[in-house]
This record gives sequence, C-alpha cells and structure tokens, in this order.
Amino acid sequence: MEHIVIIGNGIAGVTAARHIRKGSDHRISLISSESEHFFSRTALMYVYMGHMTFDHTKPYGDHFWKKNRIDLLHAHVVRVDPRQKKVWLDDASSLNYDRLILATGSRPNKLDRPGEDLLRVQGLYSKQDLELLEKNARDNKRCRRAVIVGGGLIGIELAEMLRSRQIPVTFLVRENSFFSSVLPQGDSAMVTEHIRQHHIDLRLNARLAEILPDGKGRARAVVLEGSGEEIPCDLVGLTAGVSPNIGFLKNSGIALDRGVLVNRYFETNCQGVYAIGDCAQQKEPLPGRKAIEPVWYTGRIMGETLARTLCGQPSPYSPGPWFNSAKFLDIEYQTYGQVVPEFKKHDSEIHFHWRHPREKICLTLAFDRTTETFLGINALGIRLRHGVVEGWLKEKRKIDTVMETLADANFDTEFEKHWEATVLAQYNSTFSKSLRPGKRKPKNIFQRG
Amino acid sequence: MMDEMDKSMALGGQPPKSLTLGQGMAVVIGMGGLGIMLLALFNLSFPNRALWLGLSLAAIASGVIWFSWEAYAHRLPGIKNDGVWMKSMSSRGLWAWGLGLVLTGFYIVLYFYPQYLGLVQGGENRGLIALFDPLSRLLSGQPASQWFIYGTLYTVAILVFGLKFLWKYRHSPYQRLRTLSVMFFQTAFAFLLPDLMARLNGHEILDGGSLPYFDLKSIWPLNYYNFESYRIQGFLGSGDIGLALLIFALLSIFVITPILTYRYGKRWYCSWVCGCGALAETAGDPFRQLSDKSLGAWKLERWMIHLVLVFVVVMTTAVVHSYLGTDPSKYWLTKNVFLIAVALLLCGVFGWAMLFRRKQLQKDARYGAVACFVIVLALIVLALGGDGQGFPIRPETLRKSYGFLIGSVFSGVIGTGFYPLFGARVWCRFGCPMAAILGFQQKLFSRFRITTNGGQCISCGNCSTYCEMGIDVRAYAQRGENIVRSSCVGCGICSAVCPRGVLKLENGPSRGRIDSREVLLGNDVDLLSLVREDHR
Repeated sequence: MEHIVIIGNGIAGVTAARHIRKGSDHRISLISSESEHFFSRTALMYVYMGHMTFDHTKPYGDHFWKKNRIDLLHAHVVRVDPRQKKVWLDDASSLNYDRLILATGSRPNKLDRPGEDLLRVQGLYSKQDLELLEKNARDNKRCRRAVIVGGGLIGIELAEMLRSRQIPVTFLVRENSFFSSVLPQGDSAMVTEHIRQHHIDLRLNARLAEILPDGKGRARAVVLEGSGEEIPCDLVGLTAGVSPNIGFLKNSGIALDRGVLVNRYFETNCQGVYAIGDCAQQKEPLPGRKAIEPVWYTGRIMGETLARTLCGQPSPYSPGPWFNSAKFLDIEYQTYGQVVPEFKKHDSEIHFHWRHPREKICLTLAFDRTTETFLGINALGIRLRHGVVEGWLKEKRKIDTVMETLADANFDTEFEKHWEATVLAQYNSTFSKSLRPGKRKPKNIFQRG
Repeated sequence: MMDEMDKSMALGGQPPKSLTLGQGMAVVIGMGGLGIMLLALFNLSFPNRALWLGLSLAAIASGVIWFSWEAYAHRLPGIKNDGVWMKSMSSRGLWAWGLGLVLTGFYIVLYFYPQYLGLVQGGENRGLIALFDPLSRLLSGQPASQWFIYGTLYTVAILVFGLKFLWKYRHSPYQRLRTLSVMFFQTAFAFLLPDLMARLNGHEILDGGSLPYFDLKSIWPLNYYNFESYRIQGFLGSGDIGLALLIFALLSIFVITPILTYRYGKRWYCSWVCGCGALAETAGDPFRQLSDKSLGAWKLERWMIHLVLVFVVVMTTAVVHSYLGTDPSKYWLTKNVFLIAVALLLCGVFGWAMLFRRKQLQKDARYGAVACFVIVLALIVLALGGDGQGFPIRPETLRKSYGFLIGSVFSGVIGTGFYPLFGARVWCRFGCPMAAILGFQQKLFSRFRITTNGGQCISCGNCSTYCEMGIDVRAYAQRGENIVRSSCVGCGICSAVCPRGVLKLENGPSRGRIDSREVLLGNDVDLLSLVREDHR
C-alpha cells in the first residue's frame, strides 16, 4: 500500500482519487486550499445567478469521502520536495508521499496593463473569485457598470452572470467578432449578434490600455487603447484566459515550462511525481491537440488514465476525438473533432456552414477537400449525440454519408423541429450534389460508442 | 461606510431584483380576487353571486397572467431560473412558510370542516360555497359543494399557472405540448365532463340510472374508491354507458396503462395526463427545486410508496370481497373466484419480477417484496378459508383509514399544502400507488430512458437541483450512465436546464437501456489495447 498525495481537488484530482480507490487499496490524501469539498467549477456561475446554492455544485455528498477512504486536507501547499518525497503545508507541517499527483489547475491571466492590481479588478476562476464578485458586484446600485476584458468562455459567462443582476456590462473583445480565435466566422457572427440581443455593450477590436484608480485604490474607469475612450465602471473583470497554477513549484526541481512538463504517462522528470489537468503540459502534444488543455473533460480523462497506471495498468494519454461544449447565454455550443477558425484553416479543409434564417441555430461541418473525410462539426442551438459523431470521426466517414445520416446525431429534445432536410438541401446546392436523407435506424443511434 | 459592509457572507446573497411595479400591481389584482372569496367565506352576501364569482376568478386569472407577462415577456426565450435561490418564496423563506400554512389550513378545512366554507347539509349553502352555486348549477344543475369549489380553483390554478409555465418554457416544444396536455385533461376530463355527465342522471339513455361522479383519467389505484360498492352499482345500474365506463376503468389499469408505460414510460400519465401531476407541474413549478435529494429521502421514498401500494391493494380486495356474493349460480364472480383471481394476478407479477428482473432489484427491495407478497397472500388464503364470510381485517376499517390517512391527509394536506416547503411532488414521490405501479413497470419493462450524452456532463448539478422527484440525475450523467428510475415522471426539466445538452428523454430499444458509455468518458480503450499489443 502506497501513500498517494493529490494536490488539487478539481475534476482532474478528484477523478484520479476516485479511480485509484476503485482499483486499489492505496492510501489517498487529497489536498485543497480552495474548498473543503470538491465542487463543479463550471457551476460557479449558477451560484451567483441564484440558480443553485453552493452546496448544489458538489457532485458527491459530504459522506462520500470518508466512505471511500479519501482523506481530505483543507490546506495550502507551499513547497514540494521531490527528493525527500515531502510536501510542505502553510501551517509548517509536512506530508510524506510515495507518489504525488499535481492537479493544481489554473489561474486567470493578467494582461500586464497599469491598474490591474487595483481593488474591484478581478478574474473568475476559483471559489474565492466568486466570493469576491459577490462583494464587488452585489447589485446594480453598488456596481453601476462592469467592464469585462477578454472575449472567451469565461468572459461571456461573467457577462451573463452580471446581467442576471441587471448590471450594465461593457464587454471588450480584441477580435473583430466574439471568440473568433476559436470559432469559424459564421458561428462567431451568430453568437456576436446574440450577445447584443442581451443588451451587452459589446466592443469589438477593443483593447484595454489601462485601468484608472479612484482615491481609495479602487478601479473607477478603464481606458481603451487607440481611441483613449474612458469607460467609468465599478468592476473590471479580467477574463483573458488562464495559465497553469504552478508558482509554488519553482525551484522544486520539477521541470516546468508554461505548465508542468509531462510525458504521455503524466510522469514529470521527478520519479513518483505526476501532473494532470489544467496544470499539465505535454512535452510532445498529441497530433492535432494542444500541449495544455485547460478543459473539464480532458481533466477528467487525464485523472482516469493516470489512476489506471497507478493501479498497475500502465496507460498512456490517448483521449478519443476532441470534444468540448459551452453555453453562450441562451445558445448551447458543442464541438466534435476539428473545426478551426478561418485563419488556422489549411487549404485542404472545406467548411460547410448552415444557419437558420431567423432562429439562433447553426452548424459548421469541416471535411477534407481531396479525401472528403469528415473532420469535425460545430453545433450551436442544436444538440448532437456524442456517440454517433465520435463514431463518424473514428471511422473516418465521408462527408456525404455524414450529411445523409445527420439526423442520427440529433440529440434535441423530443418534438423539436428537425433541420436536417434544409441543411442537406443547402449542402446539395452548394456542392452540386443530389444526396437524399437516409432512414434513421435505432441501431445507428442507440448502439454506438 | 456601513452599507458598504457585507451583511451576509453567504454565497449568492442578493436577489437580482424584487418585484417590478407591474408585478406588484398584478399581485394586488390577484389578491383582490382572492379577497372577494375571503369576504364570501365570512358570509358577506353578494347581491349578484354569478357576477362576483366571475369577477373574483377573472381577477385571480388576470393577476397571474399579468405577473407572468412581466416576468417573461420582455426576455429572450431560454432558462429563467435567475434568483430562484435568493427569493424568499422559492427558497423556503418566510413567504414560503406563510403560503405553506395557508395552503395546509385550506386543505384541513376542505377535508374535515367543510361547514366553515358554508356547506349546509340538506339546506341552502352559505358563505363561499354559495358563491360558487351559480357556476355549479350552470354545469351540473346541482348546487355547489366544497368539492366543486376545490375542483374549480384547482382547474383555474392549472390553467393560469399553465400559461405562466408556457411562457417560461416557450423555447421547448416538449414542455409546451406537455403543459397544453395537462391543461386540457384537467379542464375537459376532470372538471367539465363529470359535471356534464351528471346532467344525464335519470335520463333514458342511462336506463334511468345515475352515473357516479367519474373522472375518466383518474385510474385505480390513484382513484382508490373506484371499485367500491356504490360506484359499481352506479355503473351497472346505468345501462350500456355505465357498463362501458366500468369496462374502461378496468381496461385503464390492466391494459391501457401497461401498453402506454411500455412505450413511453410513466410520463404519459404522470406529467401529461394526471391531475396531481398537472397541478405540480404548473402551480408547483416554482417549488420543484425544493425536493429532498438526500439519501435518507430516497430510502424513505422506496418503502413508503410501495407500502401505500400494498395498502391499497389489500383495501380494495377486502372492499370488493365484502360486497360480492357467494352463490356462483347467481353471478359468476363470487367472493372466492375474485380472491383466487387476485392471488393469481399477484403471483404472476411477483413471479415474473423475481424470475426475470431479479438483477435489477436491490437486495432490500427483494426482501421487502417477498415479505409483502407473503403477507398479502396469507390474508387472501385466510379469507378463502374463512368459509367465504369475512376478510381477516374489516374492510370498512381499511377503507376508512385509507381514505383518511392516504386520500385526505397524505395526498391533500401534505401533498399540496407543503408545496412551498418540500416541492410539488411529495405525494407523487412518497405516496401515490398509481405512480408505484407505473414506476415498477418503467424500471423493469419499458422503452423509456433519459439518455446521457456520452462524456459531455460537467457535473454542474442543474439537473439534480431542478428534479422535482429528488433524483440525483447528475450522479448518473457524470458516469455516462442512462437514467432509468422508477420515480422519474418524465417532466423533462433536467434536459431543459442542462447547459450542455447532456440529457434526452426518449423511447428506444430496451436492450442496452442503462449501459454506460465508458469509452466516451475517458481514455480510448480501443487504442489502449492496440498500444499494449505493440509493447508485447
């Protein structure tokens, strides 16, 4: 029996702990200074919005940990010593480990602009950030306007949160269209329109120059680059992405770059030390994937994979086809495979984009120009069946068969209108084809994946 | 500086906004409507009752509709749960307790002290009941009773809060259709049809007989008195129509219900047809998040609902047994024939479940089932042995205690009175024997499931929070496992509130209904096995 110490009780660390318990009798210690119990980070926004209480965001009851013999330590790790196999906590006590799993997650990026450290300037990542937001932006009397800097997934969530309390929001986005660093132009344009429908003051091609202080060390306004426009505000949200939370590992002897460097077995350069989740950086990224993948799903997959290795079944990181999801205000977004924005697109790739004339629904499918192999799909306002799309990607289906059987992948609720016929009609007219929709077969829908 | 201080350190402290001006006025109008009824209750006699009743109902309806308009009309379609856990009414605050007390009080008076509502046995009604006389006479030709008031208010609540629900979920066709369905069944089947049928009483097409008050969609055992002696006499004494209705009542539970539940799950009844479900899904919708999700509640639920089912089976068997004859030459269905038929039916169901579905039952469920089965069978055998005379327990005692404990206290006072404290489905979850039968079948013999979409769950907890039946939906979804639970009424709200499109209610092949799709959750197992082979 070994003592496995896990730093970080996010999805990666907790998944690792759960699966190690399933597959072994090792002693497990799970350390976190952020929260006593595991909660769903993605659900923090719903606490501020009043959809749930914080307790609702905890996926396991508080009795779960004792029952599964996972020792919880509500403490902050200040130093790791891989030679002595020890971690030091903030109360000067220490813990010996046989194996150490670093699952410390991310922290919000800074932009390196004047005024970033003022009061009422904050990011949104941790439980503490949420508590701070509750103070900074309790209602629209105390927070008369908020400015959000950075047009990504956290930025749009923060905007939605603040709007739920009727706080006016100005949203600064560097790109010429929302999230166009990730979304193809058609998808991005639709979401951009939707943001404006929600009365969010969206500023495109806008960069922050500096944040101005009031007399009390608090932010009072932001200044835009170029125009020099000054926007008075009571809160500045910095949401320009996240980076691995690895500051405390400097000089520990563990090899770092932007994140903790690991191989495909999540091993660092130090024997018995592993890193998973947001803080891990693959020395050699998997083909078509990034070295750092700060996403809920990959955190979970890494946790499970490493647990298998530690339970005596060595398993390299080899996730299935890429997938991710988000929700932009009222529009759900799912992506499978590779659908890249135009500036990253190879000449060999073709995008087919369909958008509903009135409603906020669209699809973008990517395929290879010469082989006509299906490469990926973005769905906004339509739910897709993971198992079916994964099957298409793994089997390297041709785009034509995908288009013919598109309805198989529809996961919208019952009685929802189906758009596959109009999508196929547009596909036919765009590429001068005459495909006809195939019959939906339960076998293709239910028995996959 | 004091107002800068954080008065409560609790997360998520402040509601986004209290009522708008319009909503405030809407509340005043609605309360005005209720006020008229309150005045009537205290025996203020209104000169023109029809007019004042109309005015009162119109004020209540327009108050709710205006309130909903203010809440949803100016906002884009989508999930509308902002501030739910910050508002007193929807988070067990002071307002919720107040409303709970008022509702509970109303039910106690309704069931046990109708004289305070103005009911006068064998004389002219007074008070609130008199206010409803004109409407009752219009429909059935009879003066009103406390049940007529209840039926009217119940229907009005379902209709106006149904409109509110339609607005709130206008983006979801499943929610729209389902709500229109319960609104229709309540109005047509529960409210209008029985009263109109009462007009036929004594008519020649009933051969001069009179039909019992019969809500066609209220199926035994929810309608626990459906096969009592006076009702059977009513049916049988009313010609072909009466006989047809009796046959329909039997077909409902033994044929129609199993077929529909096999195809669509218990939702076809619980959240598309049933009156209790209708009120829970409309007027009770703001309270759905209050259902208890604890492990203890789940354990209690399984015991309680099935014991109520056993109770109703024993009670009905005893009651029917009590009025059947013993002479087979007079009528083929004698006491003993009936008891043997019941025993055979129970053996059949029990045997099938134990032989073919044992693996899907947990250990305590198996023990409980065996114990109940043995007890019920012993009662039946004792009754058979007792020379066809009596049931071991007096049927009248059973009937009365069931009617009081389950019919009135549980389904009414607790089931609806406690809406603002425990959510709207307390009765459906812990007590309804009809739900127990449908759930048993849903779990063991149905095509229905809530499909979990591969590995897309982010464990946020919206589904579990808004499940009115207290099912921890997330526990399944985050494992990539489909949800097949006997208690699920298929309201579809979990699927609606899911921000990642993970859940879908659907009917499909029974094979692989529950399997989890592990491969989508984690590492690619196929690739792994290839890698391992490479190593060898």
